[in-house]
Amino acid sequence: MYKIVIPGDLVSDDAKRAGEGTYVEDGKVYATTYGVVDDKGEIRVVAFSGKYLPTRGDVVIGKVVEISFPYWIVDIASPYEARIHMSEISTRGGKRIEFGDMNAILDLDDLVAVKVLNVDALMRIDLGLKEDLHIGRGNGRLIEVPPTKVPRIIGRKGSMIRMLKDKCNCFIFVAKNGRIWIKGKTKDIKLASEVILMITKEAHTSGLTDRVAEFLNSVKTER
Amino acid sequence: MKKEGEIEFIKDGKRVDGRRFDELRNIKIEVGVLKRADGSCYFELGDNKVLAAVYGPREMHPRHAQDAKMAVVKFRYNMAPFSVDDRKRPGPDRRSVEISKVSREALDPVILREYYPKAAIEVYVEILQSDAGTRTAGINAASVALADAGVPMRDLVSSVAVGKVGGEIVLDLNAVEDNYGEADMPIAMIARRNTITALQMDGNLTKDEFEKGLKLAMKACQQIYELQRAALIGRYNKDESAKSKDRGT
Repeated sequence: MYKIVIPGDLVSDDAKRAGEGTYVEDGKVYATTYGVVDDKGEIRVVAFSGKYLPTRGDVVIGKVVEISFPYWIVDIASPYEARIHMSEISTRGGKRIEFGDMNAILDLDDLVAVKVLNVDALMRIDLGLKEDLHIGRGNGRLIEVPPTKVPRIIGRKGSMIRMLKDKCNCFIFVAKNGRIWIKGKTKDIKLASEVILMITKEAHTSGLTDRVAEFLNSVKTER
Repeated sequence: MKKEGEIEFIKDGKRVDGRRFDELRNIKIEVGVLKRADGSCYFELGDNKVLAAVYGPREMHPRHAQDAKMAVVKFRYNMAPFSVDDRKRPGPDRRSVEISKVSREALDPVILREYYPKAAIEVYVEILQSDAGTRTAGINAASVALADAGVPMRDLVSSVAVGKVGGEIVLDLNAVEDNYGEADMPIAMIARRNTITALQMDGNLTKDEFEKGLKLAMKACQQIYELQRAALIGRYNKDESAKSKDRGT
């Protein structure tokens, strides 16, 4: 069983091992968030909930909320808005985009898979388009989970997500910001989102991959 | 209205509601009661019923009120019209604006605001039923709701009131004691470190009485802290909530 802590709980006496979700005071390590302790290597507290904070290199799913030349303003499920500069696209196709054409390429409410290029101290976030993963309009479902559960959905070395894709016959794309894009038959999408919800609910328990496998197998035999 | 002195506050060493001088009212805490909020908590302190909801960190509006270095905490204390005997006129008034400010400042020292520059953390406290001590119940509820929302914090804040009735220093005043008593002193503190984050006083206490009251409050905050802790841990961990004592100092 994982150890659950709340803010202010002592998690270690070794200040050098302090990791994410902790703070150091008088040489001791305390938890900053309500979550589960992970003490393999450095001591981390994996939060139960919380907002996504972008870091450079993350791949996230964003939604275009505003077009303001020369940027697309994108909501990435974080407290801060992000932006894609026009040059990100014109450098790819080679064709020049004129002032009025921006919405022809990416319109409001379009979903995009983007990479975080840079985050500055004022939390201005620059995004770049990921060439191979431009999420189209229609036929698919977007679900949102707390970003802290993402590692659990992927599993150790991708074991969980591989099994999900396999058993559900779906294309599943899990982004760092907790948004998940599922593509496939309606029935399969429904099953996949159900299982993902189950994972987020039981993320703090051990032996989850086995239980998910069991659940998926039982559904399979029912059909 | 009865005048002070007409009520017999202390009878056979017990208070009007039968409590000892250093006894808290019954406390009930439920975590995560609201689906739409990022974090929430329902808190009962005797006949007080309080609901706290936390949103954020999220974008701060209005923009000019943003802080480029850290998140801004917004706190709204609001009493429902049906929370008191005579219908309360809805909307903010002098009293609730003051309590909002005081409560926000009670929680500010524990919230790691510098993690989220320019953002806002919004705390809404709704008083559904009032029976004296709603601001302390509100702070307790807000503290648990903040933890539930995953807001990074140094510690939890616990809060309780002490006061003077019938010449005695007593803990956690109820409505009768608050209205007709001699003094009322709500205190918010970080229980683990005995650090006071908010203190108000209505009425007069001598220095000795003040110190006696503070001692009572510190002990009670410790108890409330354990309950807050048990509520949070017990939510994910039904069987282990009992052994909530294994923590360092």
